[in-house]
Amino acid sequence: MISIKNVSKWYGDFHVLNDCSTEVTKGEVVVVCGPSGSGKSTLIKCVNGLESFQKGQVIVDGASVGDRKTNLSKLRSRVGMVFQHFELFPHLSVMQNLTIAQCRVLKRGQGEAAEKALKLLEVVGLKAHAQKFPAHLSGGQQQRVAIARALAMDPIAMLFDEPTSALDPEMIKEVLDVMVNLAQAGMTMMVVTHEMGFAREVASRVIFMDHGQIVEDRPKVDFFRTPGTDRAQQFLSKILSHSAQA
Amino acid sequence: MYSFDWSSIPGAIPYLWEGMIRTLQITVIAVIAGMIIGTILAVCRLSKNLALSTLAASYVTCFRSVPLVMVLLWFYLLVPDLVKKIVGNPSLDIRLLSAFVAFSLFEASYYAEIIRAGIQSVSKGQVSAGLALGMTSGETMRLIILPQAFRRMIPLLLTQAIILFQDTSLVYVMGLADFFGVAYNTGNRDGTLVELILFAGFVYLVICFVASTLVRNLQKKIA
Repeated sequence: MISIKNVSKWYGDFHVLNDCSTEVTKGEVVVVCGPSGSGKSTLIKCVNGLESFQKGQVIVDGASVGDRKTNLSKLRSRVGMVFQHFELFPHLSVMQNLTIAQCRVLKRGQGEAAEKALKLLEVVGLKAHAQKFPAHLSGGQQQRVAIARALAMDPIAMLFDEPTSALDPEMIKEVLDVMVNLAQAGMTMMVVTHEMGFAREVASRVIFMDHGQIVEDRPKVDFFRTPGTDRAQQFLSKILSHSAQA
Repeated sequence: MYSFDWSSIPGAIPYLWEGMIRTLQITVIAVIAGMIIGTILAVCRLSKNLALSTLAASYVTCFRSVPLVMVLLWFYLLVPDLVKKIVGNPSLDIRLLSAFVAFSLFEASYYAEIIRAGIQSVSKGQVSAGLALGMTSGETMRLIILPQAFRRMIPLLLTQAIILFQDTSLVYVMGLADFFGVAYNTGNRDGTLVELILFAGFVYLVICFVASTLVRNLQKKIA
């Protein structure tokens, strides 16, 4: 479904992504973790072309992202994305946030789009908030709306870029619960996160990145039992011991 | 001590009113046209296309570097010939048309800068969110970025409109009878220039003071 082949990217002299390769097959949930600045967000943004890359290839459902001939807008409309800072449209109501792209991009009628929106708001537990504006919702609620907004496009895969990093601790769970349900329903997901609990629960594979390189890319069980590299082991011991204390 | 003679004002009120209408006409048209052209300029200036952004930047720099009176005079001298060449003799007062064009193009350069700042104040994440949903960059600009930018910019845009309202008095160089022009002519005719200009100044003061108070209240409401 998503295939990343030898992707490299530079910001001037800085090598952000260094020869990254991986695959996400249909129904897989791949968690990408690593220290900040390791390039994980950049990598996931290469998948839907929000970031460009200078070398390599990214293929999503048969379409090459870096190819000028690819209709990027069309490709993006089929890949949902959830951002660290939610990025709901503040001038639109929750309902309009969910319908605007359905109507504009997928050319759905207002009624059909609204019906779809309500159904998804119900899934994320926010049906009662449809007429509110994003500013009147908590961070956790906003992020759940953002997930519903992405799902409204009937995506073939979902990308999550640190979806819980900007949230207060007590709101993380409500967002992760939605994501777990989504994963268990068979959605193809690529998730940049430090939430190792989530990875343990639903990930198929875990990718560990450092200095722009994919250092490890292994099935979840192997990754947590014996990280193959010192760097990953250090990283894991740091975040796991920390969450054990908390 | 100078003794004031206000007697010529009451009789001149209908003409002054007509002048005020003309002043408002120029203001409203220049604000609307200026904002439309200004938005296009701002989007061009922020575009990745080097030719477009250079073109927009030079336009803005040129108009902002030249006194408004000179722009008005140039257009007064240029536009009539141009219009006659294109459409023959128009029914509209050609001086008024020149004023519309000159003010619109001049104000556009000021609006362009205000709107550019407004667009840049909307976070880049909003652009990413629009694009990620499959919207084109044009749709993202129109449906996501500009509505937010304008909301933030309303007080500044209105303040610029108030400045423009005052600046329209400069059309006297074209011999156009706006509010100030009528006041000036009446005073000149009756030998009460000081009184008429004082009166005109007072009217400008009241209108602008009321308008800027409204803008300030609006600003508080938005913030």
